[in-house]
Amino acid sequence: MKPVKEVFGRAYPLGRDNVDTDIILPGRFLKTITRSGLASAAFESIRAEPGNIFENPVWKGAPIVIAGQNFGCGSSREHAVWAMMDLGILAVIAESYSDIFSGNAFKNGMVTITQPRHNIVRLLDWAQVGAIAISLLSQTITFGDENVEFHVDPFRKECLLKGLDEIGLTLGFDADITAFEQDLSQRQPWIALPL
Amino acid sequence: MSGLRTLYEKIWDSHVVHRRDDGTCLLYIDRHLIHEVTSAQAFDGLRANGRSVRRPDLTLAVPDHNLPTTPRVDGSGARMTIADMDSAAQLEALERNAPEFGIRYFGATAPEQGIVHVVGPEQGFSLPGTTIVCGDSHTSAHGGIGALAFGIGTSEVEHVLATQTLQLTPSKTMEVRIDGSLGYGVTPKDIILAVIGRMGAGAGTGHVIEYTGSTCRSMSVEGRLTIANMSIEAGARAGVFAPDETTFAYLKGRRFAPKGADWERAVSAWCALATDAGASYDKVEIFDAGAIAPTVTWGTSLDDVVPITGCVPDPESMADPARRESMRKAIGYMGLAAGQRMQDIAVQNIFIGSCTNSRIEDLRAAAQVVRGRHIAPEIRQAIVVPGSGLVKRQAEAEGLDLIFIEAGLEWREPGCSMCLAMNPDKVPPGERCASTSNRNFVGRQGPGSRTHLMSPIMAAAAAVTGRLADVRDWMGVV
Repeated sequence: MKPVKEVFGRAYPLGRDNVDTDIILPGRFLKTITRSGLASAAFESIRAEPGNIFENPVWKGAPIVIAGQNFGCGSSREHAVWAMMDLGILAVIAESYSDIFSGNAFKNGMVTITQPRHNIVRLLDWAQVGAIAISLLSQTITFGDENVEFHVDPFRKECLLKGLDEIGLTLGFDADITAFEQDLSQRQPWIALPL
Repeated sequence: MSGLRTLYEKIWDSHVVHRRDDGTCLLYIDRHLIHEVTSAQAFDGLRANGRSVRRPDLTLAVPDHNLPTTPRVDGSGARMTIADMDSAAQLEALERNAPEFGIRYFGATAPEQGIVHVVGPEQGFSLPGTTIVCGDSHTSAHGGIGALAFGIGTSEVEHVLATQTLQLTPSKTMEVRIDGSLGYGVTPKDIILAVIGRMGAGAGTGHVIEYTGSTCRSMSVEGRLTIANMSIEAGARAGVFAPDETTFAYLKGRRFAPKGADWERAVSAWCALATDAGASYDKVEIFDAGAIAPTVTWGTSLDDVVPITGCVPDPESMADPARRESMRKAIGYMGLAAGQRMQDIAVQNIFIGSCTNSRIEDLRAAAQVVRGRHIAPEIRQAIVVPGSGLVKRQAEAEGLDLIFIEAGLEWREPGCSMCLAMNPDKVPPGERCASTSNRNFVGRQGPGSRTHLMSPIMAAAAAVTGRLADVRDWMGVV
């Protein structure tokens, strides 16, 4: 995964609650066996609405999305993240996320930032007129003259900043995993299955 | 720290391989279910990095999402080809990847094939106290047998294949206590719809739910699977039921369940999993089962739930402007009007199936409602899709298939079917479906589709009347 330190640009003022992964990418586009080529299907039903933000030249190609509560709820499809990234989106600022979506985003180097409602409202207003700067290093969002801080899990921050391969990191614990498995085979021999 | 732990905390603690100072844990995964939609890119990742599958014995692959539910072999026993080339390519990828990486595979024509979340428990592959993952959010279903089970993305699928672990931070705990007896015509599906409707579709975010209370204790394993399945629709990472005698009776003798002395050891280990008396949860919600009526959804989120005796709500009565706006949008998409009686809503499609409601008890109950009756002439499509080959054969042995067919419903091959519009089973644009699946999202059952979620007996009643109906008027003797 590519390292990410900051994201700068316009932000789609989506604002809605419960933006589920079927809205981000409908199920019938999940038939791909690669990770690319999903941009044209991203947010399909919203893009069909007249005057929608995704087709508006003001925001088209913006790297940030601002939304309400429970963003990315529903299906675990990582294709939703791939489609958003294919569209050029690198960060989401929302009130809350589904656990699976924020995990998927992180694995692909997409930043998911949580902000309280009053800040989301201010950001949505600002997104109408100007660009937003997100610094992962200083954990701040800058818009106009304003600055707000955000929290990020230290482990995720390190992985994002360095672009670390998580599987490679875990394989560094191979001896621990093997020891765990040996213990498990004594404690619960029924876990292992014949092949 | 009191030292008293919940069921979730006990399962978590017993699977920690390594704990970082910041609380992130490397968690061991006992069971990994694979299907065709979320695995191809993960296998490609393994190949690109020269990695193998660490524990193929703990992994089980089953195709389900893309498979058509029409017959899979022709009269001569030869396999039918799949017309949709993208679906065919995805299914072929799994069929190649499973043997290449040494993974057990129940293929499209295998007698055990079915929806992963139906297959896991019925094969005894899913066991109490285990950690179970799958690249599918409805993995939470397996919590019904007392496992910590949750959906993951494709990157995590690759991570589990390569390491049999995941890097995770612990969730908060939430008790959903349901006490009392279920009313006439009220099923576990109605309970979970009503629970999510009251709590909200995001209420469980960051939490693992434990379902407790007398209603849950007296519920069948299949009912528990239905409820745990929809934990994700409340935003929860997972939902668990404490394993008990009902669970053990369900699992005993199943193919991958422990045998002989191992069985005795396993049962005593499983008995120790129950939440300690006095352990506390971060959040508690309490429900009275007796107060829950047959329940349906009216809108496009699991927030949008109403008893069948109710009406489409009025957005103007909402104080919160964001909620008012989302309700207006949902009512518009669904083609409804505020104040409309739910029982006046006509449907054209009936879907009885999905990982939520396609098990034998669901089919028995639905068959009882349509037995000796016929679907309404307005119904254009009515399909019954058993959750697995085993469920299908059991239903056929009991004659349920004939009851459905005589009533005018179609009897199909197992798969995810009309739940998610990835295979030929779809709801046409603008049409309405009485569906036993788990999501009423915009376009979920096909572009422009309008979904009303409900229990199998409620969907059966809708089939007979051609509109949403209170099944309590239709139960019993014809």
